[in-house]
Amino acid sequence: MSKKVLVIGEAREGSLRNVTFEAIAAANIVSDGGEVVGVLCGSGDLEPLGQEMVYYGAEKVVTISNEELKTYTSDGYSQAIQEVIDEESPEGIIMGHTAIGKDLTPKLASRLESGLISDATEVVAEGGNIVFTRPIFSGKAFEKKQITDGLVFATIRPNNIPALERDDSLSGQVVAKDVTISNIRTIIKDVIRKSSDGVDLSEAKVIVAGGRGVKSAEGFEPLTELADVLGGTVGASRGACDAGYCDYSLQIGQTGKVVTPDLYIACGISGAIQHLAGMSNSKIIVAVNKDPEANIFNVADYGIVGDLFDVVPKLIEEIKAMKVNA
Amino acid sequence: MNIFVLLKRTFDTEEKIAINNGRIEDDGAEYIINPYDEYAVEEAINIRDEHGGEVTVVTIGDEDAEKQLRTALAMGADQAVLINTEDDLEEGDQFTTVKILEAFFDDREADIILAGNVAIDEASGQVGPRLAERLNMSCVTTITSITIDGDTANIERDVEGDVEKVETSLPLLVTCQQGLNEPRYPSLPGIMKAKKKPLEELEIDDLDLEEDDVEPKTKTIEIFLPPEKQAGKVLEGEMDDQVKELVSLLKTEAKVL
Ligand SMILES: Cc1cc2nc3c(=O)[nH]c(=O)nc-3n(C[C@H](O)[C@H](O)[C@H](O)COP(=O)(O)OP(=O)(O)OC[C@H]3O[C@@H](n4cnc5c(N)ncnc54)[C@H](O)[C@@H]3O)c2cc1C
Ligand SMILES: Cc1cc2nc3c(=O)[nH]c(=O)nc-3n(C[C@H](O)[C@H](O)[C@H](O)COP(=O)(O)OP(=O)(O)OC[C@H]3O[C@@H](n4cnc5c(N)ncnc54)[C@H](O)[C@@H]3O)c2cc1C
Repeated sequence: MSKKVLVIGEAREGSLRNVTFEAIAAANIVSDGGEVVGVLCGSGDLEPLGQEMVYYGAEKVVTISNEELKTYTSDGYSQAIQEVIDEESPEGIIMGHTAIGKDLTPKLASRLESGLISDATEVVAEGGNIVFTRPIFSGKAFEKKQITDGLVFATIRPNNIPALERDDSLSGQVVAKDVTISNIRTIIKDVIRKSSDGVDLSEAKVIVAGGRGVKSAEGFEPLTELADVLGGTVGASRGACDAGYCDYSLQIGQTGKVVTPDLYIACGISGAIQHLAGMSNSKIIVAVNKDPEANIFNVADYGIVGDLFDVVPKLIEEIKAMKVNA
Repeated sequence: MNIFVLLKRTFDTEEKIAINNGRIEDDGAEYIINPYDEYAVEEAINIRDEHGGEVTVVTIGDEDAEKQLRTALAMGADQAVLINTEDDLEEGDQFTTVKILEAFFDDREADIILAGNVAIDEASGQVGPRLAERLNMSCVTTITSITIDGDTANIERDVEGDVEKVETSLPLLVTCQQGLNEPRYPSLPGIMKAKKKPLEELEIDDLDLEEDDVEPKTKTIEIFLPPEKQAGKVLEGEMDDQVKELVSLLKTEAKVL
């Protein structure tokens, strides 16, 4: 049965997050030939971003630009999006399972008295039903879930559901909507940005992650170089963050970011379950650890038992050499 | 101050997961307080110690959850409530849980409710913000610090590693993130005292709810384990050769380079 599905888009530093395009692809499956409508909140000119959502498969995008929506607040965004929901009466809603998605969607679902399936890694249409797969028990198991009553509402884990090919011959309406925002109960006093140069860990294809075994902030330098030659980015365990070797914005795991890159190289990370919760679904995992008994080897596809300060520089040289020969 | 903590009993973090008859095997499993709810209990006790009032720990579950409630009481909470659904309800989801909690909080006049950011088993992270919406309370998720002054709360929250400083007012619901505090271990005298602290048991009937009111909106149709990972290849030999082999494997076998 075809449905109208709303996709809540998310921009960061002026561009859309990739998960927004993935959400459009998921919405496309849920809609089963129905209409996919995007909604985007923010400030300034949102029309180019709305247009971008069209190129990725949204048939219509409602943009809401308002100074009150410049930074995310749950009250501001939920008011604005609620108005779009009232107007469009969608039968489905999809959003990324990001910090904003996690904060916003339960409130909307609660207000709408609807079900919500959070953190889905797969969406399929099976005999007229939409079935979502999601990890449970820190990724040690998976469940297939479906909505039994009302709105098909879900958030999707970044980097799992492939976006549709961008096609700038697609056309669609981008409609600006005015919303009066009142009653924001939480005032943002300050945001201390820790994220390094805008790389979104949850969307990276290659991650080189360091743990307590990296031993110092300087110890991260070879890891950064390895990430650079691989066209990837650096991540970390809680152990490394707590020790002050790197920033919490790099933390991967249950408390930090959940990542699913094509290649994850864990250096000096023991492999605690809370860390695995954030990376065990990576396509290929490489572990470098001097302890052959380290738990990380249980999830690794390839392992090297050794000192990371010996292994990592050698890896950098070898990959450089490979690139020269290619 | 009237302080509440939402506490979920979960599988121990280290527990191995097996499936039996389409369900997660729970025979012999060890249970704990959901780790993020431990932060909530600790913070609630600190808030009470500073501002006065009482800490009430609430859980929805079955009789077995008494153990985790007693642990929270031993840490220093004043009283506990077990909403026992065992005899009345077979199925439930986050909608169900929040419907029940909404009814519970109807006449409780909570000043602050502390929940975990996420439960480590089902891990939807929905319960806190969903409940705040029903109770029309302001809500701040993933907090790493909170100070209360009169009706005002100043909070730091973790947003994907960035620190956001917000100000809001009570009544308030927060969800607790790692970094908020170091939960204390129950002391021996604490454990003794906990045995005598009040633990109220309620059923959905006591909350004027019927089965139909709390019927879930979602259902689980299958639970499965991830495909058994083939034992990884731990390389051997001279380090230079291992590194060469790794790069070659990543290129030709794994095809990720
Ligand atoms: C509620 C809760 C939530 C948590 N959330 C997270 C989370 O989101 N993410 C997370 O990562 N953790 C999380 N943790 C913490 C987790 O339990 C571990 O403590 C943490 O992951 C350990 O980090 P580590 O592997 O870097 O350090 P360690 O466990 O200390 O391991 C260091 C490893 O480095 C190896 N090593 C040392 N020197 C070298 C060398 N020269 N070369 C090679 N190897 C070397 C050692 O053999 C060891 O295996 C959480 C814990 C709790 C209780
Ligand atoms: C009657 C009933 C039957 C159920 N049947 C099943 C079943 O068959 N299978 C199944 O897997 N699950 C079942 N559940 C549990 C339900 O699916 C969710 O696990 C529950 O709604 C919590 O969601 P979550 O685990 O995603 O927690 P999250 O939303 O991730 O939890 C966040 C926070 O909310 C609070 N919280 C969560 N759960 C509770 C609770 N129970 N009591 C108090 N505070 C809580 C805690 O502070 C927690 O840290 C049932 C629930 C009920 C009420």
